[in-house]
Amino acid sequence: MNYNPFIIPFTTGAIILFAIIIYKFIAWYRKLDKKQRFYLRKNILTFKSIEAIKESFLEALIHRNIYKKNLLLGYMHMSLAFGWFLLIIFGKIEASLHAQTLFEEPWLAIFFRYFVRDEHKFFMSEIFPPLMDFLLLVILSGVLLAWLKRFSSSLLGMKKTTRHSKFDKIALASLWWIFPLRLLSESSTAALTGNGSFLTGTVGNLMAVLNLQYFEIYFWWAYSICLFAFFVSLPFSRYMHIPTEVVFIFLKKWGATAGEEYSGYTDFQLNACSRCGICIDVCQMNFAANIQNVQSVYFIRDTRYKHLKDETANNCLMCGRCVEACPVGLELTVIRQQLRNKKEIAGKHYYDYTKPQEADKKYDIVYFAGCMTHLTPSIIISMKKIFEEAGINYWFMDENKGTCCGRPMRQQGFIQQSKDLISINQKLINSSGAKTLVTSCPICYKSFKEEYVLDIEIKHHSEFINELIENNKIKIQNSQKSIVYHDPCELGRGSGIYEEPRNILAKVGNLKSSEFEKQNSLCCGGSLSNAIIELEDQIKIRNHALENLTACNPDILATACPLCKKTFVHGNKAKVMDIAEIIAENISLQNQSSKHKEKNKIKTKIEL
Amino acid sequence: MKNWGFKIPDSRTLDLDKEDLKLYNKIVEKVPSARRCIMCGMCSATCSAANHTNFNFRLVHHKFRMGMFESLASELDKCMLCGKCRMLCPRGVNTRAVIYNMRIILDNMYYKNI
Amino acid sequence: MENKKTVLVIGAGPAGISAAKSLANDNISVTVLEKEDTFGGNINNWAKLFPNFKDAGEVKSSLIQNFVNNQNIKIVYNKKVTELKKHNQKWIANTSDGEVFESDAAILSTGFKVFDAQYKEELGYGIYPNVITSVEFEKMYKNGKILTVQGSVPKKIAFLNCVGSRDEKVGNHYCSRICCIAAVKQAIEFKELYPQSEAFIFYMDIRMAGQFYEELYRKSQEKHGVVYIRGRISETSSTIDKKVQIKAEDTLAATPLRMTVDMLVLMIGVEASKSTTILSKQNNIDGPYGFAKSKDIHTADNYSNENGLFLAGSCKRPLTLTETIADGKSAAISVVEYLKQTK
Ligand code: SF4
Ligand code: SF4
Ligand code: SF4
Ligand code: SF4
Ligand code: SF4
Repeated sequence: MNYNPFIIPFTTGAIILFAIIIYKFIAWYRKLDKKQRFYLRKNILTFKSIEAIKESFLEALIHRNIYKKNLLLGYMHMSLAFGWFLLIIFGKIEASLHAQTLFEEPWLAIFFRYFVRDEHKFFMSEIFPPLMDFLLLVILSGVLLAWLKRFSSSLLGMKKTTRHSKFDKIALASLWWIFPLRLLSESSTAALTGNGSFLTGTVGNLMAVLNLQYFEIYFWWAYSICLFAFFVSLPFSRYMHIPTEVVFIFLKKWGATAGEEYSGYTDFQLNACSRCGICIDVCQMNFAANIQNVQSVYFIRDTRYKHLKDETANNCLMCGRCVEACPVGLELTVIRQQLRNKKEIAGKHYYDYTKPQEADKKYDIVYFAGCMTHLTPSIIISMKKIFEEAGINYWFMDENKGTCCGRPMRQQGFIQQSKDLISINQKLINSSGAKTLVTSCPICYKSFKEEYVLDIEIKHHSEFINELIENNKIKIQNSQKSIVYHDPCELGRGSGIYEEPRNILAKVGNLKSSEFEKQNSLCCGGSLSNAIIELEDQIKIRNHALENLTACNPDILATACPLCKKTFVHGNKAKVMDIAEIIAENISLQNQSSKHKEKNKIKTKIEL
Repeated sequence: MKNWGFKIPDSRTLDLDKEDLKLYNKIVEKVPSARRCIMCGMCSATCSAANHTNFNFRLVHHKFRMGMFESLASELDKCMLCGKCRMLCPRGVNTRAVIYNMRIILDNMYYKNI
Repeated sequence: MENKKTVLVIGAGPAGISAAKSLANDNISVTVLEKEDTFGGNINNWAKLFPNFKDAGEVKSSLIQNFVNNQNIKIVYNKKVTELKKHNQKWIANTSDGEVFESDAAILSTGFKVFDAQYKEELGYGIYPNVITSVEFEKMYKNGKILTVQGSVPKKIAFLNCVGSRDEKVGNHYCSRICCIAAVKQAIEFKELYPQSEAFIFYMDIRMAGQFYEELYRKSQEKHGVVYIRGRISETSSTIDKKVQIKAEDTLAATPLRMTVDMLVLMIGVEASKSTTILSKQNNIDGPYGFAKSKDIHTADNYSNENGLFLAGSCKRPLTLTETIADGKSAAISVVEYLKQTK
């Protein structure tokens, strides 16, 4: 048997590591909710598992998404992860070939060069030393980059880098030393026995000059101890993301999603975060308002280590920019919402004071303006004009006494209240018998789509108007004005509606692009999801966004959300208009009724 | 309900010799802008909940400030957190944060421990 | 005197006019640059002045005595100053049409502009025809009639104070000082025209810190029955017959308030004029909200931190007409002091 006492730290460490990981995974698995388990069982034996393997390979080893951000940063992650992975695989193959069994001592692969010192030949034995040396070199280059990143993060395209916890520090220090020590150990053995290749052989010769090869056994001890330190600290450090990310990818592929409540799936996600810090750089709280320690990475860290403060959980715009950027694909805003959950008073009914007025007759379309839209009456007036022009039999559901859609409550974690509001509105909507629900507010839109149970088509007014134009229900003329479109968070990233607004605007004006658009669009700062941020900081975020959006001096800054509109208007930079207003202004009144003509007359009168 | 060291005044007079207004500081700690309120009534005028019922955020806030806590907790439950008040407030008060911090103090709600 | 000193006055509003007159009296040669084609500035917008209902035109004509035909004063119209810079102890003003003026000292009397009420969309200005601003009220009053867009006499009129002032959302934290008294004045004017109609003033604080202001407030209550409601209007909407529906809270009764009026007048606040902001930024004397900053508000209020550049009137902060005229004179005295030192 190939044995030397220095294998003890490594072997113990490995056993502890596997025990803890398995214990944790089982604990989290048992906390998965019913739906998540259902998907797991349903899809485990399908093609989806193969996709998951592919995806784990691309993400956890190659780090494809980090490459997209920065080549060097991607290389750093890949050389460490994929390099090490191959080193283990080929090490295992080499050891198995040598021992001519699949069940050689588990540590043999790790300390192979120490135990197999002779020139003893076995199948393909000559290709392994150079291959292993090459892999080691790749990993060492990654380690070097990691060192550089600590000193200057901007080198790797990062503005901010994260701070470390105690376990992180142990794990990181040992990770930094594992591979240099492996190099020294193997090189010193190579100097003594000549089993090295181009890297270990050369370094071995250099070491021989200083007679360092006689410290061989100490280098191997140090290497083993470093591995021990890394293994034992790993489950408690950020590096827990390495095993967790793989499981997370499988669960995701099988169809699990984070629900309303904290579950085992949340645990998997919390631990799958590699604390890469990419989410800090994209967060406006950081770069526009200089508010630190609230970004997703900090939020995840604090939650994981159980010292989350409500300030951290609540001080977030839920804009979703970090979700878009996160290379692991974590549902960061959903998790935040889970953590905001407040204790409920069982059985209590909120809002029973509302006496909803159900529809008096049947309609084709229900229009729900939304609370905020009532502060931007031009949007409402424009929508009315568009409905009338298209000859639609619609019911303005919240014209007088609207009830909130419930999403603001939900985002602050008051789920029960939100459900109460939803049931009030649901009843009203159903009473109209309409087939389509149109809303002007992206927050309501997302809420209707995701949280309501409705047997009815839900459309944001930008989708609706787009259809009216395509079906020739209304005719518009081109004003030739230059327009920049701002994607509202909840409509763009939140609901994936990017094309319809652009489609419309391109028909009424000269649509220009801006630096931040579509998935990369900025939050206006007025987000309802952040109940902590004070006006001063909202203004910083707004002004930064306005600056970027109006860089090309457009005639109109268009948006599709009353909240964005109101926020931007106060910024006093450009003419801000909602899509509905722009359309209403450029509608060519074809089936113009006398009523309309009169309206227009009065309007020109005011302008005089 | 946790005892915050205040009691409900039983007389008709607001007796500031006896009342301790310090509980309000807990709100101000969390929401510095709360102190800026000039009681203009814009928030309560626009309020979505006030459309349906006699809920008055301005008044609740004022009463809390002056140590009159009676029945405020159930009043606060009427708010829908819709945010209209915050959008309009001319003094830039973070009204929603005031509301739910009052609610937390009065109802002793706290964040779920996981 | 062989070497006559020269002074540039930018803006021929009340402050500029009174400064120019005083300087001319001291035998200083003054050039007044005015961006419009006439003098008077914002005084041209008012019909009658608080607190004594004096005709604004009359005040203007006594103000311009010895101004227009003064041999020491040269008035140049349609000259918008785009750049004001100090160069070799001289002040150089470039205008938008490329002309250059030079002098030993300069007075900034570029005044104020009124708040654009369209920024407060929820109040319905620019959307509902019967929501108007205080400036539009003055214009109508000048023509002798206050009529709704349909051409009828308003039976009910409401005034809303502090529009665009004391409002952090539009970035103006300050009080404009003149709109409270202007609302009282306009309400009285309205009631004198139409005693049968009703007038309401929505206020947060009634600020009557001027001589006879409080008396005017009292008179509006006692004699004209103007109703004061403490609460800021949050939203308006329109009825089918174009009346304005108001949503507010009667904060004294702690009760939501709804009312329908024929006309709503927004008492828009005072903001720094564009020229004030641009020219004071160029010379690093810009203060908060785009107004110009004086050297010391107590002892050197007409001086700026830039030697030889003086400030007169409401380019510094919202002022009443009375204060503005006095401030123009006071600026002239400061200029004379300065010119003596720099012989
Ligand atoms: S949340 Fe995503 S982006 Fe942020 S540190 Fe974690 S892995 Fe990176
Ligand atoms: S959701 Fe937006 S505000 Fe919140 S952490 Fe992510 S990027 Fe920052
Ligand atoms: S709107 Fe703002 S300042 Fe006015 S009463 Fe409400 S919180 Fe106070
Ligand atoms: S957030 Fe609450 S208090 Fe404010 S307007 Fe909405 S319902 Fe009223
Ligand atoms: S003078 Fe009166 S109306 Fe004008 S801003 Fe001041 S308080 Fe408001």
